[in-house]
Amino acid sequence: MGADFLWTTFTRLLGALDVTLSVWALSIVLGAFIAAGITWMRGSGVRPLVYFAKAYIFVFRGAPLLVQLFVVYYGLGSIPAVRASIFWPFLRDAFDCAVLSYALCTAAYQSEIFRGALAAVPHGQIEAARACGMSRVTLFRRIIFPIALRQALPAYSTEVISMTKATALVSMVTLWDVMSVALKIRNDTLVTYTPLIVAGAIYFVLNYLIARAFIAVEHWLSPHLRARPN
Amino acid sequence: MPAADAFALTVTDMHKRFGALEVLKGVSLQAREGDVISILGSSGSGKSTLLRCINLLETPDDGVVTVAGETIKMRKTRDGRAEPADRHQVDRIRSELGMVFQSFNLWSHMTILENLIEAPIHVQKRPRAQCIDEAHALLDKVGIGDKAGHYPAHLSGGQQQRAAIARALAMQPKVMLFDEPTSALDPELVGEVLRVMRALAEEGRTMLVVTHEMSFARDVSSRVVFLDQGLVEAEGPPSDLFGDPKSDRFRQFIKKERN
Repeated sequence: MGADFLWTTFTRLLGALDVTLSVWALSIVLGAFIAAGITWMRGSGVRPLVYFAKAYIFVFRGAPLLVQLFVVYYGLGSIPAVRASIFWPFLRDAFDCAVLSYALCTAAYQSEIFRGALAAVPHGQIEAARACGMSRVTLFRRIIFPIALRQALPAYSTEVISMTKATALVSMVTLWDVMSVALKIRNDTLVTYTPLIVAGAIYFVLNYLIARAFIAVEHWLSPHLRARPN
Repeated sequence: MPAADAFALTVTDMHKRFGALEVLKGVSLQAREGDVISILGSSGSGKSTLLRCINLLETPDDGVVTVAGETIKMRKTRDGRAEPADRHQVDRIRSELGMVFQSFNLWSHMTILENLIEAPIHVQKRPRAQCIDEAHALLDKVGIGDKAGHYPAHLSGGQQQRAAIARALAMQPKVMLFDEPTSALDPELVGEVLRVMRALAEEGRTMLVVTHEMSFARDVSSRVVFLDQGLVEAEGPPSDLFGDPKSDRFRQFIKKERN
């Protein structure tokens, strides 16, 4: 016990960090692509696409993440057609299921962040670009996207941070992430607090680093919002 | 009447309605090269809408716009609304019309220099180095040569508007459109913007200026167009219009503006 136990707990939990980080990073990146598609549909003005996007956001933002995870991991596997399909090698794997369901969920939140950031781009600046004869693609690439990106960052960092915490739920579908290893140590040793506190500290440091990184990026991208250079 | 290509810009029988409100009821306008036309009118007379219909920031319901002899091609949609027939043509003609807005509308994430070179590089595809040289010269011309590296938020309103004028000039436009360029400025900043506009007029730029600045309309413009309820109520050289106004409405208007 004591320092020794603390150290073993710490190293064992760190050993599981790669699973936590992989689920986290892959689902956020995959989710961002899905979110971009949903955002595009939502703003397309084509009615079926708009309704689909709204329904998507309603469902994936409305239901608990754990339910979504169970539906993907346990639910889909119980459908014979799914087991017979080409997706089965993918869907039978707990890691892939976790990434998929997390990506689907964060995509709903991310697309709302994107939509808000796009809507907040000052109309006059878009108009000035159109008045210069910018094509739609150039307008998006040079004016709308850079401004929206800066406006999305604060909310986006919050979503990314809440995703690191949400990864703790993958312990429920047999993945050996930081949380599940902490629970295992607790079960094996009957020491309750040490593994949980160490796990909490790891998540805490992780989120601290993520928050710092976002602040740095925001600062780097926003010289126009800082005080006047002299 | 001379051939259309003698004009830098012509507008013929422009109509625009927003829902039940008919803002333009058939406005026509001709600007020869070097003309400085002040468009006056009380608020709601349609003067800003007219300007915005010229470069299709608003889509006119009816009417013909011709820039340097080239007519903007329009067509009707199935439900009877008008729309541009060729987006590329609209983009190209827009790049020949420099627009200055009431609220400047500089791109907030770019420095002043970047604002000036953005469209020349990314729309007109001109060489970067040349655009930068020209941009510096334009900033010197409008008196903010030392602000090239600043962001719009770091400039006063008058400086921002001068930068916006320089941005429009950087496209080497055939016609400059000013949409109430001094209306959002503190009174003490109006003068510096008007001085720049006067200098442009003196070097022979073709300009359409929607404004409430009576002194600019009277002293600088070559022609004044007075819009009232969506129609041209009076038109002519400022000396005629201001010296001996034939239109009662215009007489009332200048009396009101003077107070």
